[in-house]
Amino acid sequence: MSEIEKLKSQYLDKLDKCSSTDDLNKIKSELFGKNGLITNQFKFIATKNENEKKNFAIKLNDIKIILQEKLNLVNKKIEIEEINKKLSNEKIDVTLPERSFKQGKIHPISQVIDEISSIFSEIGFSVAEGPDVENEYNNFTALNTPQNHPARDMHDTFYLSEDKNLLLRTHTSPVQIRTMLKGKPPFKIIAPGRTYRCDSDQTHTPMFHQLEGLHIDKDINMGHLKGCLNYFIKEFFEVKKLKMRFRPSHFPFTEPSAEVDIGYDLKDGKIVIGEGNKWLEILGCGMVHPNVLINSKVDPSKYQGFAFGIGIDRLAMLKYGIKDLRSFFESNYKWLNHYGFDPVDVPTNYRGLSR
Amino acid sequence: MKFTTKWLKDHLNTNKNEQQIVNTLNRIGLEVESISPIRNELSDFIVAKIIKSEKHPNADRLKLCDVDIGDKNILKVVCGAPNAKDGLLTVYAPPGSVIPKNKMKLEVSKIRGITSFGMLCSESELNISGESQGIISLDNKYKNKVGTSYFDSKKENTIELSITPNRPDCLGVRGIARDLAAAGVGKMRQIKTKKIKKNKKKINVVIKKSKNQSCSIFGSCLITNIKNQESPKWLKDRLIAVGSRPISAVVDITNFIMLDLNRPLHAYDLDKINNKIIVRESQKNESLNALDNKKYNLSDGMCVIADESGPLGLGGIIGGTSSSTELDTKNILIESAYFDPSITRKTSSILNLNSDAKYRFERGIDPNSVEIGLQKAADMIIEICGGEVSNFQITKTKKFTKKKIIIDNNFPSKVLGIKIKSNEIVSILESLGFKCQKKKNNINVEVPSWRPDVASKIDLVEEIIRIKGLDSIKSIEPEKNRLNQTLNYEQKHFHLAQRSVAARGYLEAITWSFTNEKINNHFLNNRKINKLINPISSDLSVLRSSIFSNLVQKVKENIDRGEENISLFEIGPIFEGKNPGDQIINVCAISSGYASNPNWNEKGRYIDLFDVKRDLLHTLYELGTEKNQIVIETTNLPNYYHPGKSGNISFINNQNNHFASFGELHPNIINQLDIKTNSLIGFELNLDEYVKLKQNNKEHKANYEISEYQKSERDFAFIIDKNIQAQEVLNLIKNVDTSLVKDISVFDLYEGENIPDDKKSLAFKVVIQSNDKALTESDINAVSNKIVKIVEEKTGSKLRS
Repeated sequence: MSEIEKLKSQYLDKLDKCSSTDDLNKIKSELFGKNGLITNQFKFIATKNENEKKNFAIKLNDIKIILQEKLNLVNKKIEIEEINKKLSNEKIDVTLPERSFKQGKIHPISQVIDEISSIFSEIGFSVAEGPDVENEYNNFTALNTPQNHPARDMHDTFYLSEDKNLLLRTHTSPVQIRTMLKGKPPFKIIAPGRTYRCDSDQTHTPMFHQLEGLHIDKDINMGHLKGCLNYFIKEFFEVKKLKMRFRPSHFPFTEPSAEVDIGYDLKDGKIVIGEGNKWLEILGCGMVHPNVLINSKVDPSKYQGFAFGIGIDRLAMLKYGIKDLRSFFESNYKWLNHYGFDPVDVPTNYRGLSR
Repeated sequence: MKFTTKWLKDHLNTNKNEQQIVNTLNRIGLEVESISPIRNELSDFIVAKIIKSEKHPNADRLKLCDVDIGDKNILKVVCGAPNAKDGLLTVYAPPGSVIPKNKMKLEVSKIRGITSFGMLCSESELNISGESQGIISLDNKYKNKVGTSYFDSKKENTIELSITPNRPDCLGVRGIARDLAAAGVGKMRQIKTKKIKKNKKKINVVIKKSKNQSCSIFGSCLITNIKNQESPKWLKDRLIAVGSRPISAVVDITNFIMLDLNRPLHAYDLDKINNKIIVRESQKNESLNALDNKKYNLSDGMCVIADESGPLGLGGIIGGTSSSTELDTKNILIESAYFDPSITRKTSSILNLNSDAKYRFERGIDPNSVEIGLQKAADMIIEICGGEVSNFQITKTKKFTKKKIIIDNNFPSKVLGIKIKSNEIVSILESLGFKCQKKKNNINVEVPSWRPDVASKIDLVEEIIRIKGLDSIKSIEPEKNRLNQTLNYEQKHFHLAQRSVAARGYLEAITWSFTNEKINNHFLNNRKINKLINPISSDLSVLRSSIFSNLVQKVKENIDRGEENISLFEIGPIFEGKNPGDQIINVCAISSGYASNPNWNEKGRYIDLFDVKRDLLHTLYELGTEKNQIVIETTNLPNYYHPGKSGNISFINNQNNHFASFGELHPNIINQLDIKTNSLIGFELNLDEYVKLKQNNKEHKANYEISEYQKSERDFAFIIDKNIQAQEVLNLIKNVDTSLVKDISVFDLYEGENIPDDKKSLAFKVVIQSNDKALTESDINAVSNKIVKIVEEKTGSKLRS
């Protein structure tokens, strides 16, 4: 075995046994330092005769590479061992509390409005709006509720002027008038919004939320109304089956008018929608009265359709088991946190409404 | 409207039971509001148990008992009966009840210094027997009946309907019967009348013609030599069952006919009428002492029934005491008239007066019921009180013609979406009392006089489907196609802003649009005050001028409830004026307390201006505004912020119109509202203004450019005037070379030692990098020098060495 072969096996052996960075650096300089064993061997190349020269150089180079690779390998091994050793001293109590995070929330009424918009979006309704302060004409007269008509007793109105011309809208129905006066049929809108009545007790708040719906076209009939509401309620409560009952009623702005009840059952004190033999009144609806169309510059001999109004707060109470209407508006921090929704939880029709 | 099945059967021949009747009523639009057992004067007396009886402290013969009256209610009752003892089951009469024997109404009273809540009864007091020695002693059978009525009330129920304002005809039992008959529940019975001999006695009746004359028919008859008295039991029972208090036969009969036929009547004491009846408009300064024991001062133009001395009553609304009937009344005049709905309503709303008659006349009474009303009244009074009847005198100033409607055969089908044949239309309408004449393509319909609500063909469609049943309409699945976008441009911003602020850690609140005027005044900032005429309470009397008006109160309430860290926001309208449209959608947020709570690993830090500024700016960025498009200003600040710790935001190309503001709430406001907080910081974003001013969100993002060359950082610290704002220096540096200055941050602000009082040291780290080449040391120095030169020149500052 030549000298360099011996050198190679001797140092591979040494490296195998090496276990510290210091020893490794020592070996490194023994081999490759300025006067290192390998470095010196390279100096011998020139002393070899022509025949030996080439073979020796190739061999020496191979040995250099092998030793260097081994050196790197051992280096990595030692590093890993050293890190592992260090880690064993770096234990902290990971059960300590994490840093605080300020979780914002969307109000359940806003969430429900988004859910409703998502459902109606799927069947082609657009969202319309109107002002909270209305005039007497849009809120009553145009909606076929003339002055000195007892139907006005159904609404306890907040007035803003002594002549009672300016008021806070008592329902979202004036949005029907505004929408129709502004555009041309067909109309297919929903209008969620704030509404006001001068009434405050256990089950009434002076401000609440309503959803108006309006669909006017050439041949929209009461069957469409039924289908639309059936679709909506099923989607909203995320149930496959729904018991629904239409009862004739009276609203000045629709004719025929109906109130809609949905079937429910009580299970462990909670309301389960869609089953059972109990009925819950949930909305009012009907075919838009021809007088309302005339007041909105729509020709009732050419166009007809339906309108409906739903209490949004009540829908939210039913869907999310909220017992007290007034709690919606108290801004109690714990309540908002409990019943609010994560802002990333956006109801969409491709993902679905609730998580 | 209340009635009983028994009463209904006076008009309806049916074998259906109560449940079937109730179901049908709901199905045809006469909503059943409640079904409850009939209450009578004996319902009040309930089975009770003496828990404990002891001697009255101030009287030897009296006892003081703890009485269990059910539902865990235990009351103190003073009792003189020798047999009152612990555990005795007996009968208790509550305050308000009337003792049958002596007709005495019980009240809560003190007996020898001790308050007694009601009374324990003997059999004699309840008219059961003559036994008056002690209180009733019930056997053990009644052990489980404590709290229930002692007298088993008959099993009959009172049914209460919620009658919609369009159906005055159903404010009488006969109208309900008619609808039920049409819906197949039974057959209508004829109204029974008697043939009675009439005399020629007469009083003059004049209806004064005038523009606002409410009365167009005045029917009357005189009944003389009657003997007014307590009503017979059947009549009293009828009235009590529907919640009406029996008074005397004459009054009870008029009330009965009103409830039975929806035909209001009024009885006058004929002997108290001065000469003749004049139906006229009231004059100023007239007044009426009405039957509700109130005096009403009349304005002109109200309909009064008067005699030669003055008003006897308000037509269609209420009678007066001067001509009221009493038990000793001998001669009466019965009025059966027609009053105009809207004039009646107007008068009663001016006087703030409600009555059963008004409720009916304002909804529309059948003008053809005048005569049957007189007939029924005469029949019943003669039967119960005796006497002689005069001829009926009916004065009319207006002719009522029956409305006629032509309805196309196909019209109901078109509206309802189901095929309805003309035969079916006719049969339903006729069952409701409409008269129909079939033509080739349409039907001529005559509306019965009791249906003032039916005016056009669409009303007939409602009648048809009401009786046919809404469940016969088939549901048509909605089509899933969309022609217009669901949300418009503004609504998208609303939706995004709402979720964006919530994502910054704020809880969304929804508060009233109206607020406390005093608090709102703090946040007016030169806006108008908009008062409600009839607020629900005095502390909710104005429309809010800023959402802060409500949020500061809500923060305070939460702090008082023990919450420490609060971040609330609301998105909704604020009001600039009282006209429709004088409103703006605002986003308003408020924070109080710690930004991070003190905890095991760091010291706590209170929320400050720069937390809230970040939340506002990031919301704007999420809404699609770029950092370099906006500018912060400190002029024209809203006066509800700390003047030195607040700012406005506007677009850089439109600096006159700021659309948002942020800052510490003014310490004086916090102080006056007594909000216990270490920091109260908020922002407001005028979303409408912002959306109006902002450029459309770009469809494409700017080109993606990235430099592959070495970047260099240089630090600069300037000694600079205190009132020069960081934003100004940042802009100067950026504009030195917008292509090379890639980023600037402020890494130090120092005021104090070694710096003159009116100066501060402001230090910037600037990243310099070219997109085109590797910059040499001298390139970088050139930029650096330029930065120093421009900042020094424009701001009068000095580079800190």
